[in-house]
Amino acid sequence: MTLSINYLYWLVGAILAVIALMIVSDRTHPKRLQAGSFWAIYACIFLIGERLPAELVGILVIIMALLAGFGGVVAGPARAGLSENARHQSVQRLGNKLFIPALTIPAVTVIGTLLAPYLVFNTLPLFDPKNITLLSFGLGCIVAAGLSCWLTRDNVGQSIHEARRLTESLSWAVVLPQLLGTLGLVFSEAGVGKAVSFLSTAYINMDLRLTAVIVYCVGMALFTMVMGNAFAAFPVMAGGVGVPILVGMHHADPAIMAALGMFSGYCGTLLTPMAANFNMVPAALLELPDKNGVIKAQAPTAFVLLAVNIILMYVLVFR
Amino acid sequence: MQTLVNLWPLLGVATITLGFLLHFNPLLAVAAAAVITCLAAGFPVREIFATIGTGFVKTRNLPLIILLPLAVIGLLERHGLREHAQAWIARIRSATVGRLLIVYLFVRELTAALGLTGLGGHPQMVRPLLAPMVEGAAQSRYGKISDALRYRLRAFSAATDNVGLFFGEDIFVAFGAIILMATFLREAGIEVAPLRIALWGIPTAICAFIIHAFRLYQLDRKLDREFSQHSDSVKRNVEGEPS
Repeated sequence: MTLSINYLYWLVGAILAVIALMIVSDRTHPKRLQAGSFWAIYACIFLIGERLPAELVGILVIIMALLAGFGGVVAGPARAGLSENARHQSVQRLGNKLFIPALTIPAVTVIGTLLAPYLVFNTLPLFDPKNITLLSFGLGCIVAAGLSCWLTRDNVGQSIHEARRLTESLSWAVVLPQLLGTLGLVFSEAGVGKAVSFLSTAYINMDLRLTAVIVYCVGMALFTMVMGNAFAAFPVMAGGVGVPILVGMHHADPAIMAALGMFSGYCGTLLTPMAANFNMVPAALLELPDKNGVIKAQAPTAFVLLAVNIILMYVLVFR
Repeated sequence: MQTLVNLWPLLGVATITLGFLLHFNPLLAVAAAAVITCLAAGFPVREIFATIGTGFVKTRNLPLIILLPLAVIGLLERHGLREHAQAWIARIRSATVGRLLIVYLFVRELTAALGLTGLGGHPQMVRPLLAPMVEGAAQSRYGKISDALRYRLRAFSAATDNVGLFFGEDIFVAFGAIILMATFLREAGIEVAPLRIALWGIPTAICAFIIHAFRLYQLDRKLDREFSQHSDSVKRNVEGEPS
């Protein structure tokens, strides 16, 4: 049997479905129907998303955006956790053992990733080779959940309650990375990349090497900021400027052009809310009042590094 | 040539930028941008929904990394993981905010470069462990810290994880970005060994470490200055009081 990523989709879908049920049946929740249907739709997309007609999924996504946009996805009333005293006792009893389940997730992820190529039974790999890291990560979370239930003497029901608490506090931010990923695909279908590379090459004189290097690096950063993803920006900028002008016209080294171009894109990733998983979600996760707090903390690093990248490229690439 | 490029889909880019600038709900702004982009590209209504739906199903892997660890992290937090992480680091005398983050940056970048990207991350490492430890280090050194500073320290913890991950993983040959670049160049008729691309990532990776570590070192000095001024003025006030 091969573990495929579908099992993780079903697991997340099942957890979200339970959370949705908990919210709908919670009479103290201020918007139980709206918030409940938001999470129920999301659960459906995980459970049977690939079997629904694509048009229907599209409509469901728009409904989710409307529910979130008009303030329907709020958290339920804060529930009292363990009392100060009970929690103190817990810390006293468990001490450093509390770290074990938390560190189990990365440990299993790494071990799984390293072992996966050898876990082949009757020519069938245990992990679907396309998603080894994510599958190991999912396995790590399951093992860690078992460990933490055992250590804390709480049960699976309690851990779902805690998952609901954190999911509700993250709210629609959980869905943002996925919707931005979708927008990236929409952009490429609609030819946004072509339009940007047309505009950036049509009006700038690329005869000077320095100009070409700057246009390519800054373009990678800016276009990554728009798309939220350097992978999406790379084919556009490398195809529009990197290969024809830097390599073709100025005889740049393609390996260096590619490597430093991608890193210029990563400088853009540090600066954009579109890179939701890295910038917006942590702000929600760490309960920052300023949703752009993480971007502000890393912006100086990103700007200096982009300048350094341009200098490195100019010095190294023409040989 | 010029007539072949349709510039109207750029309206989608304008929508998203405007949405973020005017602080609309991001989910709504992104959905609106997707619809507007499709309209501008001349897609029929049915295809608009289908494009969005197909994309959304295809990208279901993205939220897994946030959603899967929540049950574990929530349960451990209920039993005092964050408090324990703070108390634990407070016992280490030499731990300062900057030093702690520099060590994390180094380990994160190095392990990412070895392909071990799963060793860090915001839900499983920054929220339960790194951020509480950084707050704990600040508290044991400076006493009670303001909420504004607490949020700044948390933002720096998240930023450090990002910088370490991004500029480490691109020097690991098997990482997707390297493969993507090699494949793209091959299609453009240029044959380059992935190892060469990975090697040329090293200068930037080193610079990224130096730049961000220097900023973290500065953060320490700034905090030391702020809090020593603060405690000086408190002392002066106490001394100046007529007894």
